[in-house]
Amino acid sequence: MSKETPSQTVGPYFDYGLTPERYGKTGIANNILTKKETQGIRIRLEGQVFDGEGSPISDALIEIWQSNSQGRYRHPNDDREEFALDEHFHGFGRAPTNNNGEYWFETIKPGPVPSRGNVLQAPHINLIVMMRGMLVHAYSRLYFSDELEANSNDPVLSSIEEERRGTLIAVRQERAGQLIYRLDIHMQGEQETVFFDA
Amino acid sequence: MAVLTDFTSRDWKSHPAYRHPPYKSTVLRGPSKPLLPLPHTLSELTGPIYGHEVLESLDHDLTKNAVRNGEPLGERIIVSGRVLDEEGRPVPETLIEIWQANAAGRYIHRVDQHDAPIDANFLGSGRCMTDQDGRYRFTSIKPGAYPWGNHPNGWRPQHIHFSLFGTSFLSRLVTQMYFPGDPLLPLDPIFNSTADEEARDRLVAKFSLDLTEPEWALGYEFDIVLRGPQSTPMEN
Repeated sequence: MSKETPSQTVGPYFDYGLTPERYGKTGIANNILTKKETQGIRIRLEGQVFDGEGSPISDALIEIWQSNSQGRYRHPNDDREEFALDEHFHGFGRAPTNNNGEYWFETIKPGPVPSRGNVLQAPHINLIVMMRGMLVHAYSRLYFSDELEANSNDPVLSSIEEERRGTLIAVRQERAGQLIYRLDIHMQGEQETVFFDA
Repeated sequence: MAVLTDFTSRDWKSHPAYRHPPYKSTVLRGPSKPLLPLPHTLSELTGPIYGHEVLESLDHDLTKNAVRNGEPLGERIIVSGRVLDEEGRPVPETLIEIWQANAAGRYIHRVDQHDAPIDANFLGSGRCMTDQDGRYRFTSIKPGAYPWGNHPNGWRPQHIHFSLFGTSFLSRLVTQMYFPGDPLLPLDPIFNSTADEEARDRLVAKFSLDLTEPEWALGYEFDIVLRGPQSTPMEN
């Protein structure tokens, strides 16, 4: 048996390593997951990241991982051939927050994927949150406010006490014909986001 | 549906606590409520996989991948090791991304105001894939120590940031590699945020004469252990 290598903070200077577009390099992923040919409903995810005093965090990195519009993940463990892969969709994105603590992604709404025991989970996007001042990355999830019924049957949401579920549900808005889901991330405080021991 | 193999739980004895007051900015940024359990579904047991298609030919050589008009200054190093899971199995074909300060302790990042020279021929970021045995290898310049405002006269030990994916979203790891014998290690709140001394020592590379290339570069060995699948599969 070997033991895990400890996590350490991503620090303040990750962007030329992980999101290096500003430095004239192409990263493996950025905050635009869609191409013209990608199948599915175009959505924009956006929000702000706040610390325990409610101040925006300008050096956080949000990573997302999601299924395609059919609910299929691009990964060998998801071998459900009945749900087609989309050659124009990978499913991973990265967004550093800006000076106001804001992040955004352009992606598509994911299809539902099964839980254990083949109960369908509500459509969701998997999140990893990291930042300077955070020694271990945190896992969270983003659900959609217009999926009331699916959300109410979702095994993970149902396992969370009711007052805290809303911290994972992105609120649908429409702006200039664009479908937007907004989710703020609160590291601490009354509205502290639910983070998972995944 | 494939039979999925559940992952081991995160080994919290190996990791720092979220809030570690000597590292001041953790106090308002680390989650304060207990983490909630999450069953491992397809969402967790899948994750981004990148292959050689994202690599350019010099990505693994930080002494060459940003050259403009000469060689970067500083002490050339080779950093190599294996990526393994907790059962000692190699993690093949997995992407590693690294970033670091230059030899003078200056990051190229726009926010870094440390009064040390920028090296026009050194960016300080690179990536590579592990091979079939889980082995990776970078060539770089030994990063300098640099000051930070966490506490009076605070200096970060020399380090290289590592980012790894492994085989699923659960094996994701972002960490820092340190150098043996660095006198700043006992004073560094980030290094010391991991309470367990044996765990901390896993963050320190070993000098390796075998990796050292004669009349060229010093070698450091740094193995990385990620969470992996449990021994027994589960029926999804």
